[in-house]
Amino acid sequence: MLSAESLASIDREVAKYPADQKRSAVMAALRIALTERREQGQTPEARCLTPEVIEYVANYLEIAPVAAYEVATFYNMYDMKPVGKYKITVCTNLPCALSGGVSAAKYLSEKLGIAIGETTADGKYTLLEGECMGACGDAPVLLVNNHKMCSHMSPAAIDQKLAELE
Amino acid sequence: MAIFKSGVIFEGVDTQDENAWRLAAYEARGGYVALRKILAAQMPQDEVIAEVKNSGLRGRGGAGFPTGLKWSFMPRSFPGDKYVVCNTDEGEPGTFKDRDILRYNPHALIEGMIIAGYAMGTRAGYNYIHGEIFEAYEQFEAALDEARAAGLLGQNILGTGFNFELYAAHGYGAYICGEETALLESLEGKKGQPRFKPPFPASYGLYGKPTTINNTESFASVPFIIKDGAQKFLEAGKPNNGGTKLFSVSGHVNRPGNYEVPLGTPFTELLEMAGGMRDGKKLKAVIPGGSSAPVLPAEIMLGVTMDYDSISKAGSMLGSGAVIVMNEDVCMVRALERLAYFYHEESCGQCTPCREGTGWLYRIIHRILNGEGRPGDLELLDSVGNNMAGRTICALADAAVFPVRSFTKHFRHEFEYLIEHGKPLVDHKWC
Repeated sequence: MLSAESLASIDREVAKYPADQKRSAVMAALRIALTERREQGQTPEARCLTPEVIEYVANYLEIAPVAAYEVATFYNMYDMKPVGKYKITVCTNLPCALSGGVSAAKYLSEKLGIAIGETTADGKYTLLEGECMGACGDAPVLLVNNHKMCSHMSPAAIDQKLAELE
Repeated sequence: MAIFKSGVIFEGVDTQDENAWRLAAYEARGGYVALRKILAAQMPQDEVIAEVKNSGLRGRGGAGFPTGLKWSFMPRSFPGDKYVVCNTDEGEPGTFKDRDILRYNPHALIEGMIIAGYAMGTRAGYNYIHGEIFEAYEQFEAALDEARAAGLLGQNILGTGFNFELYAAHGYGAYICGEETALLESLEGKKGQPRFKPPFPASYGLYGKPTTINNTESFASVPFIIKDGAQKFLEAGKPNNGGTKLFSVSGHVNRPGNYEVPLGTPFTELLEMAGGMRDGKKLKAVIPGGSSAPVLPAEIMLGVTMDYDSISKAGSMLGSGAVIVMNEDVCMVRALERLAYFYHEESCGQCTPCREGTGWLYRIIHRILNGEGRPGDLELLDSVGNNMAGRTICALADAAVFPVRSFTKHFRHEFEYLIEHGKPLVDHKWC
């Protein structure tokens, strides 16, 4: 279900922990599985984690499927729902809001023609509101596909970013 | 943009240099001299801990607990595994200093953790990093590889027979994991729900083994203390408030960013360093220590110095050093609503007073903001808060209540006006 490359990455994570504590690697293993799904998936449904993928990861780590499922549903960066090719998460918490975070979210919402929490009809973009990303000094801040942080996102910078994501 | 004055952690760090984080650049700045000194002299563990105690270093994550004292709690004679863990799960709104440590000076943290491992007799450590700063996590892994390749980390460090392994782990979107026992649960591959204390991590930590958890900035201060001496560190701040501190200044200032200044620096000076108020607007209020710290009105804030004691005396706390600056255009009801939403969203759900209470706080503030406030709502907020604070396993409930109490205390008239008139006193503009 996962590529040899992803499994090798999971093995490297497992090696960080004592031999009897493979469970510790579940956070990273789910992230690795999600990243592969996002990169390979052709539809929003194929880009998120599913119970089958989570069970596969759990079996690989020799832990109960529910233990992995608990983790996948507790931490909010694991996509458990269909998601666009580009997931854009905008921080609208207070420090960011004081420096354009709310305006950036509004601008993106208008530009993409979707409300926060929605995915465009072509399955290309999902727009989300995020909580503190630990980068308040660079506001407005947004994350693309969980791992790429974009700073100082003025309307012009957002236009440019969206053009890059074409 | 990170801007630094001078000090301990960012002394000599050129943030414009894309290789500033690399081992070579760190060693050129005097990096790993402290570790070499300790290992060459086979410095007794007690001496290392005494040095950290004498430096007056207090935990930089928020609680301000003396770091050396925390280290001395570790049962060094305990047979078997023990751990040091670094808390880089920086998610307190307003705080963004640890990210810059990882971006520009990760080896200071690595060296600090190796020294901590030496002093406390542990052979392994983990740095748990906020999932949202994934690029910083990847770069930290690269810095660890550099240290391993140079023989500074791993087995038989610098040929002295001392072993210490250090690994990076990451969160994936849960504010609560900044709480140290939730962080340990997460490191064990579980939901990040805090544990009862006691037992404290020093006796029952990661995998049930003795564990010491410190903040990134605390560990990164240690090489300086060992290299240049506790006294020099202490003198960089003021008594009982040793050293410099990174302040993350955000909000309505001209140059938001991180500023490393001596503890005891007047707030007015810090504000000036951050370029002063944006658009020449008037300062209205400041949250001086991260979103969980009580807000202070401008007139109080302009008289404080930035250190644990002065801010505590003024009725707030230094916390993580996150300084959120708000100008006269901010409707305090709206500002508080945003924070209340955050705590509601991030409550882990384990304790009923917090899980339910954060929702109540948010809903009441939300209805006041939307002109649907009822007489008695401020008393209701008090009552809900009193049923939360101090009644839960961890401090998230308290952290949710502090802003509510302080906003409704210092800016009560704005809340009363909105409840009475159904519209805000201040025509709010975010920016």
